[in-house]
Amino acid sequence: MNSRIASIAFNTFREAVRDRVLYNLIAFALLISVAAILVGEISIDIERLVVVNLGLTAVSLFGVVIAIFIGIGLVSKEIDKRTLYTVLSRPVRRWEFVVGKFFGLTGTLVVNTFFMALGVFLALLYVAHKFEKADVWLLAALYFIVLQFLIVCALSLFFSSFSTPLMSAVFTFALFVIGNLAEDLRGFARMTPGVGGGLATIMAYVVPNFSALNVISQVAHGDAVPARLLLYNTIYAALYSAMAISGAVLLFQRRNLK
Amino acid sequence: MAAIEILDLEKSYRVGFWRQRPKLALRPLRLTIEQGEVFGFLGPNGAGKTTTLKLLMGLVFPTAGTARILGMGLDDPRVKSQIGFLPEQPYFYDHLSARELLNYYGRLSGLSAKACSARVEQLLGRVGLSDSAGLQLRKFSKGMLQRVGLAQAILHDPKLVFLDEPMSGLDPMGRREVRDLIQQLRSEGKTVFFSTHILSDAEALCDRVGIIHQGELRGVGAVAELTSQTKGKVEVIFVAPAVPAGLANLGADARVSGDMVNAVLPEEQQEAALELLRRERLKLISLTPVRNSLEEYYVQKLRPAENRKGASA
Repeated sequence: MNSRIASIAFNTFREAVRDRVLYNLIAFALLISVAAILVGEISIDIERLVVVNLGLTAVSLFGVVIAIFIGIGLVSKEIDKRTLYTVLSRPVRRWEFVVGKFFGLTGTLVVNTFFMALGVFLALLYVAHKFEKADVWLLAALYFIVLQFLIVCALSLFFSSFSTPLMSAVFTFALFVIGNLAEDLRGFARMTPGVGGGLATIMAYVVPNFSALNVISQVAHGDAVPARLLLYNTIYAALYSAMAISGAVLLFQRRNLK
Repeated sequence: MAAIEILDLEKSYRVGFWRQRPKLALRPLRLTIEQGEVFGFLGPNGAGKTTTLKLLMGLVFPTAGTARILGMGLDDPRVKSQIGFLPEQPYFYDHLSARELLNYYGRLSGLSAKACSARVEQLLGRVGLSDSAGLQLRKFSKGMLQRVGLAQAILHDPKLVFLDEPMSGLDPMGRREVRDLIQQLRSEGKTVFFSTHILSDAEALCDRVGIIHQGELRGVGAVAELTSQTKGKVEVIFVAPAVPAGLANLGADARVSGDMVNAVLPEEQQEAALELLRRERLKLISLTPVRNSLEEYYVQKLRPAENRKGASA
């Protein structure tokens, strides 16, 4: 990463921290604490399952909401407030700006996820009184959640490079929901003959496959995550994000900053 | 090599929702600014000054034409390290302090961490912000933000500085400080291209000015030449309780102010007026030729468009 991208990424991270984005951790801490206490009271033998499911789903949703709502404003806010003018009048290329903003937001989300993961592990310790060997797979599930954030950030940046913040939020959230049903969509495409099936197949492969990145239920039951899936998901998320970012760069490259 | 060569740069936007039509923001503009020159780009609001600056900064793309800065094309990445830019009514990242902001811009400009830090401290002192350097920018007044803006524009010691309405919204002291800074830049041999609609600032600072109106360059001239031309009239100021009777016969336009009379009359009547004062035993205070002002040049260059508008109405 060149020094300009690193500077932009660090500034984006610093802005998020100073704008109190990490305050969501307080809400998360409250949620996970209450959940752990309630689960400890009412569940018998499934405390671990409930805490992992609830905890990791909350980590995912909190992060996705942050990724969408900060992501859509990453570039558009800089244009509206004209802070971009003094950045682009320096030896900073437009693609470096977009990529720096992307890394800044994903950095923020990684830090946020780290603290939320800490909360999940503490809640797990509270209800189960000890860690099990299979808990290590929670780290794989958390890693996949971070990969989801990469794709969501890239998509919100892509949509915000040609549409309004509100529409960008709607598009990104819609793709997140559809992407979580990607496996079902692929199944539907296989069963549908003719043109409809062809269109469904195209659609199924164009939308991001978030369902492949969701192993929460699997790790909650203590099942292992295959190394192959780790590799494939990493490559998939990297390529999908790179394509969305490239799209955002291409659109931003020729945009007039009125 | 010229500092700026603008070669038929033109910009139009498409306006309207369904049936888009082009709106010309800048008609083909041809202009050359020499190195070391302080050039004032004058015009009323909406004349095309900011569009020109944005085109030169690469923030908007020309519909036609091109420009060269220090001999390099606008898309040459080396250009940006040679120029500084202060946008109109700048807004900076208000979560940062002045020191953090300047360090950020310094790093983006390619300065090393050590060089950047030293330069930032030096500039904070130069613009009088050393005491508030650690304060977040959201707590800064408009004048202080403008000073930060000027500091970031010259942070990396550029050869060419673009300032868009640098005095806009500043109090008299703030304006004076900006003027001093532009004069310092001139003495350092920098080229300054600034847009303004405050004519007194342009008259005090610029070597040359360009007048732009409705996206069209109406005229370019050296300020010294424009303001040294006399109008064939002289201004006579003398002590008298009222305008002497004979003065009107000399074609003078006179008015009384306190115990003095201020009269403007044709140059050829100068001797006759002095003779009249001697005869009436009136005390002469001053006698000076009346010169053209930048304001008159500006109004004259703007006028044709308004006449055209009036004729078509």
